[in-house]
Amino acid sequence: MSSSSSPSPRPRVGLFVTCLVDFFRPSVGFAAVSLLEAAGCVVEVPEAQTCCGQPAYNSGDRADAKDLAKRTIALFENFDYTVVPSGSCGGMIKEHYPELLRDEPDWARRARQLAARTYELVSFLHDVRGVRNVPVRYDGTVTYHDSCSGLRELGIKDQPRALLRSIPGLKLVELPGAEVCCGFGGTFCVKYPEISDKMVANKAADVIGTGADTLLAGDMGCLLNMAGKLKRLRLEEGARPVRVRHVAEVLAGMTDEPPIGEGQDKGRA
Amino acid sequence: MQPTSHRFKDNVRGALADAALQRALGFFDFGQAGLAERRRQAVAKLPEFEALREQAKAIKDHTLANLDWYLERFEKNCTAAGGHVHWCRDAEEARQTVLDICRRVGARTVTKGKSMIGEEIAINDFLAANGIEPIETDLGEYIVQIRHEAPSHIIAPAIHLTKEQVAASFRDTHTQFDPARPLEEPRALLDEARGVLRQKFLDADVGITGANFLIAETGSSVIVTNEGNGDLTQLLPKAHIVLASLEKVVPTLEDAATILRVLARSATGQEMSVYTTFSTGPRRPGDLDGPGEYHVILLDNGRSQLLGTEFQEILRCIRCGACMNNCPVYASIGGHAYGWVYPGPMGAVLTPSLLGIENARDLPNASTFCGRCESVCPMKIPLPKLMRHYREQEYERRLAPATARMGLAAWAFLARRPALYHSMARLAADVLGRLGRRQGSFFNLPLATGWTATRDMPAPQGGTFQAQWRARQRGKGRR
Repeated sequence: MSSSSSPSPRPRVGLFVTCLVDFFRPSVGFAAVSLLEAAGCVVEVPEAQTCCGQPAYNSGDRADAKDLAKRTIALFENFDYTVVPSGSCGGMIKEHYPELLRDEPDWARRARQLAARTYELVSFLHDVRGVRNVPVRYDGTVTYHDSCSGLRELGIKDQPRALLRSIPGLKLVELPGAEVCCGFGGTFCVKYPEISDKMVANKAADVIGTGADTLLAGDMGCLLNMAGKLKRLRLEEGARPVRVRHVAEVLAGMTDEPPIGEGQDKGRA
Repeated sequence: MQPTSHRFKDNVRGALADAALQRALGFFDFGQAGLAERRRQAVAKLPEFEALREQAKAIKDHTLANLDWYLERFEKNCTAAGGHVHWCRDAEEARQTVLDICRRVGARTVTKGKSMIGEEIAINDFLAANGIEPIETDLGEYIVQIRHEAPSHIIAPAIHLTKEQVAASFRDTHTQFDPARPLEEPRALLDEARGVLRQKFLDADVGITGANFLIAETGSSVIVTNEGNGDLTQLLPKAHIVLASLEKVVPTLEDAATILRVLARSATGQEMSVYTTFSTGPRRPGDLDGPGEYHVILLDNGRSQLLGTEFQEILRCIRCGACMNNCPVYASIGGHAYGWVYPGPMGAVLTPSLLGIENARDLPNASTFCGRCESVCPMKIPLPKLMRHYREQEYERRLAPATARMGLAAWAFLARRPALYHSMARLAADVLGRLGRRQGSFFNLPLATGWTATRDMPAPQGGTFQAQWRARQRGKGRR
């Protein structure tokens, strides 16, 4: 991995691993660590982290959201950077913590300070660490879904594409409607499963239509939703198989684990 | 119209099962022909669009901060031009005022330009019940009127219909024509509606239009249309009644011109609508045409209650429809599912604001907060944030279903106790990971049946990241 400039020698990065990566796909966390270390960072994982509080915040429960925000701030505010392998949780810390805590001046100040040093993983590698290529190979045709919060709250669009294009063997094809929500929406997919399913069905059709064999995105929630739908379509309607992975796995060259939603039973996969 | 917003979930099921609606929504989609794409192209062609957006927002913010002053100024100047301003607190007062004017001029038929305030106060049903025939003259509104439906979109009222459905309705309604006539082409439908409406324009005693703007410095009302029906509606009859809510006022003609530049681009991708019509008072001596009377119904209907609250920002809305044109939820279920006059993201804020959150509690929840609405809103209304504020009200007032509240409370209890959270997460990840290892996903999960009804639930890999990381660190320590 080449790093065009190193602003400070080996910055200390606190990895906010996110509850979904922690629970569903630890390999994404290890891919993030590997990418960050290769980009010259010292990575630490504060043990007491749980969730950024977004489910409470978006459910109208400000008290619990504030409590979780304060815990997260206290755990991460002493790092040079906080890095999150998710635009959604990253957006929560960067965009919403300061607004959530606006009535408590001391916490609001701390929230703003943390926000200024918090980044989504891929944009951190590209924009802050100057990473322009990754020393891995991936043989396949890849399409990329822009997760909503990363795209619209954090402006993540070109960074993952730039890094993916640097990978030998990888052909990137654009996904029509890449900026349209997949229908996950956190608790939305539980509260309104029928609407959510309609949205992810549209998304899956677009993905299959690209002809890509691999779908990547930067957010575990969207990935679980799209992978789950693509797999069901394959099982029930014989749709073309698509491998679904977090973009970090491909960037780190850590693709030994089965794709999201696929098992070790290769016969069925 | 009778709101059904409280039955949103039933409405959604109906909408998703309605094959004709889903076909019509397919045309609406995010593809090359859609309104969203046309907006995107129009905005891309205008480098100063962002600056105009800021100006437009500032105009409305300033006006809302001084709304009483500008409304009185509008009234003064409208009156000086020979018009009448009627301040109406609610829908009932507005309806009665309209009826009184119609009765006084002896109206039998009333033509109508497109007006969402007309829908909000349900003026058509009220006039009909009082023996006065209302005739919608906007093509889309005319189509939904003859089908006894409500508009499903604020600028494209019949977008939920296919042209085959429209042709069938024309054959059913226009029985004066040859039943075998060809109606396959949209042009044929348009020509037929024009022919039918021509005489109605000439016969009408009163014309009712909406208003895109009221201009304080001149006392004028402004409408933008693409069909010219609004002009015939307001010029030919004896009296012109403008239905406007009080946040439509802007200080000056210049201000209206600024907002017009973002309005049509945001709505349809046009630089300007085909007709932009300014009306100031009734016909003056020597004028060749124009109505003998000019009335403005200034409707509050709950809006003044929003001033000074976190919801004031929704009053900047100029009804362009960009939020719904770009909303993947709207594109999935159409406008009727929202259950009242205003669908899509702006409706998800305005409907609870006007009807009460207890009557529309699903609307601000039925959003993924994807943020596309806010990103295209020409008035920069933070729609997801306002929806979140309604969710906060619901949470505080315990309006959310008990299961949802209990689930959230249980999750928050764990998330605030890291040690307990991690051991529970590890246990669950290990169990589900083992169960799902071979297949990689679950076809059916008891607590997630909404999800697994139509998609698999990917299985965890097994062992949380935290547990594996700690184990790795301990291993390093020993080395």
